[in-house]
Amino acid sequence: MPAQAPIERHTIAVLVDNEPGILARVVGLFSGRGYNIESLTVAETDAEGHRSRITIVTRGTPMVIEQIKAQLDRLVPVHKVSDLTMEGPHVERELALVKVVSTGEKRVESLRIADIFRAKPIDSTIESFTFEITGSGEKIDAFVGLMKPLGLAEVSRTGVVAIARGERGM
Amino acid sequence: MSTAAAAPQLAQDTALPNGAEIVLKALVDQGVDVIFGYPGGAVLPIYDAIFQQNSIKHVLVRQEGGAVHAAEGYARSTGKVGVVLVTSGPGATNAVTGLVDALMDSIPIVCLTGQVPTHLIGNDAFQEADTTGITRPATKHNYLVKDIGKLAQVVHEAFHVARSGRPGPVVIDLPKDILLAKGEYKGPETFKRVSYAPRLDPDPKAIAAAVDLMIKAERPILYTGGGLINSGPRASELLIKLAHMTGFPVTNTLMGLGAMPASDPLFLGMLGMHGTYEANLAMHGCDVMVNLGARFDDRVTGRLNAFSPGSKKIHADIDPSSINKNVRVDVPIVGDATRVLEAMVAEWEKRLAAGAKPDKKALAAWWARIETWRKRDCLAYRKSDAIIKPQYALERLQALTAHRDDVFITTEVGQHQMWAAQFLKFQKPNRWMTSGGLGTMGYGLPAAMGVQMAHPDALVVDVAGEASILMNIQELSTIVQYRLPVKTFILNNQYMGMVRQWQELLHGSRYSESYMDSLPDFVKLAEAFGCVGLRATKVSEVDDVIREMIAVKRPVVVDMAVDQKENCFPMIPSGAAHNEMILGPNDKPGGGEKPGGTGPISEEGMVLV
Ligand SMILES: Cc1ncc(C[n+]2csc(CCOP(=O)(O)OP(=O)(O)O)c2C)c(N)n1
Ligand SMILES: [Mg+2]
Repeated sequence: MPAQAPIERHTIAVLVDNEPGILARVVGLFSGRGYNIESLTVAETDAEGHRSRITIVTRGTPMVIEQIKAQLDRLVPVHKVSDLTMEGPHVERELALVKVVSTGEKRVESLRIADIFRAKPIDSTIESFTFEITGSGEKIDAFVGLMKPLGLAEVSRTGVVAIARGERGM
Repeated sequence: MSTAAAAPQLAQDTALPNGAEIVLKALVDQGVDVIFGYPGGAVLPIYDAIFQQNSIKHVLVRQEGGAVHAAEGYARSTGKVGVVLVTSGPGATNAVTGLVDALMDSIPIVCLTGQVPTHLIGNDAFQEADTTGITRPATKHNYLVKDIGKLAQVVHEAFHVARSGRPGPVVIDLPKDILLAKGEYKGPETFKRVSYAPRLDPDPKAIAAAVDLMIKAERPILYTGGGLINSGPRASELLIKLAHMTGFPVTNTLMGLGAMPASDPLFLGMLGMHGTYEANLAMHGCDVMVNLGARFDDRVTGRLNAFSPGSKKIHADIDPSSINKNVRVDVPIVGDATRVLEAMVAEWEKRLAAGAKPDKKALAAWWARIETWRKRDCLAYRKSDAIIKPQYALERLQALTAHRDDVFITTEVGQHQMWAAQFLKFQKPNRWMTSGGLGTMGYGLPAAMGVQMAHPDALVVDVAGEASILMNIQELSTIVQYRLPVKTFILNNQYMGMVRQWQELLHGSRYSESYMDSLPDFVKLAEAFGCVGLRATKVSEVDDVIREMIAVKRPVVVDMAVDQKENCFPMIPSGAAHNEMILGPNDKPGGGEKPGGTGPISEEGMVLV
């Protein structure tokens, strides 16, 4: 038996026609074929051309990753599939809204840590802050972790969006 | 009434076709001559439009599942797109099995489904089903038309998607208000879909790399599948040419039978679970495998880590996702089989002209080995005078039809299907219609109906099992209505034979629910439908019954009472390797190249289907 192939994490960008059912097609493909989705984001990026961009973070063996890309490319409304992880350097960002409910020293400490992380309070009451934070997934994980003992109440994350570095376009 | 100003507007409106008429016009422009369908409330506007025209013939099936299989039979025997029309809700859900069947076997189908009017969608209206939701994983693509202005384009696009690239089924869901709305018709040239462009021409570098391997091959094999059939008859001609230029042996998958004439000495027969000894051992022992339009299905590969361990693999497929899915290959080629073969033939000729020397001695030695495998005569069975062996019935069917050039065979699913694949000899593509990927019992009779619609004078035989035939037996009524002389050839072993065989091999002969109790009298059943019923219970009756079946220019059902206990061999049990084939009843599972081995069927094999 050959050694178990390594599991890799890939960030894949998919340019699609923005038409009803396209997201269901993509998600159905992943669930139907047993691929995993670590994160998925989607929004229209070209209103005139009715194109949306889907960013998917997935994990699998190299053969599975190849399959995922080929299967995505097979969907009729898909224009382009780009494996950002394979194709060279790229940047990944995620945005999160983090609600912390606390008073006194904990409240002050949460604000101090937010400052270090460049997280912005975008809503506040006497007993709560909602911070907006952008960065890599790990940065957001770290921030959320630190907020836990300080009254973390709720987190909303966008999932990863990504783009290739330099002048290279999709 | 209205003002003078409004009058021309009205006149213009009435001059426009409604959605139903647009659909029909688009079908005509797509070359459709027959639709298989079943009416209902949501599609009544289309039925009304059908009533008022003569270019398209409608075949009224007896259950929507039959309509899709009929369209598949039509498509596979003609190379054209098969068209289905069903109503909303249950009409659409009944079509789902056929759609998945067509998806698995890459058969071009356009299925029009009715839908409740757009303003009721999502309201749980009467006969509403989320058809696009349900059929999304059952189709190559599907559409819900909500804008009359896009209707014609969607229909044209659907045909393009269904027939191009790797063909498949496409659903167009048509809300009733769209069918009644007036709109403008647009011709086939008007659709534009930039996101979908299957690659047809192979990369010349990949062809060169493939031919490099082929020239140096000592133990080559050509392994071809349904993709080659789908590519058109020219692909089969080119395959024959390539095989004879190179002297390479050829094996076909279940889906690929007919691409290489069965009578050709270079043909090793079908490969896979019930394939021939020589085909499977040649696959196992080859050093260069050329896969053209086959997909390394688990029925073909057996245990993956033991599949053809020593070979370099070339894989040409029109669908990039088929390549490196199950088996890592050395030379991937994306392209249409005809163009790939053309390029290979040209490259081979060029190399020979430039002085390349294939290893003739090695090839001769390879053929000598293959001949020893052939001598095993793996399809031999124990002949009997007392009881009709199913293999014998098929041998006789083959012998009594061999002189004809117009024989089309469909099958149901089970042992009879595998015996048909082994014992009937296909000389041409598009003559063999069987449910390969999905293995759908009930496929064969409606498929035969679709074949006969396209080839009214041909001899169309559904090789059936008594269990399978009952799954779509209602289509005998359609067959009679349209005077289709379809022959239903039931190998009646009173068992779900294939299930019984697995129970015998894997479950200690505990025949749980595989005996077909209370079977109908098929002769009387045939007569009740208006067909001719014939029965053979003795070996001596077999030829007469087959002759009469052929001679009668009407639909015929043959009830062939065959040996209940016969098993289908050779067999590679699930999870076993090609060289662990069981050759016959005395051969234990786990036998190797030397049959008669004693290893048990592996636990991993047990869980596989
Ligand atoms: C719709 C469907 N249900 C169940 C099966 C599983 N199955 C495969 S073969 C078979 C038995 C077929 O019996 P019969 O038609 O009599 O053929 P035989 O094997 O006896 O030749 C069954 C139940 C199937 N393939 N399709
Ligand atoms: Mg049976």
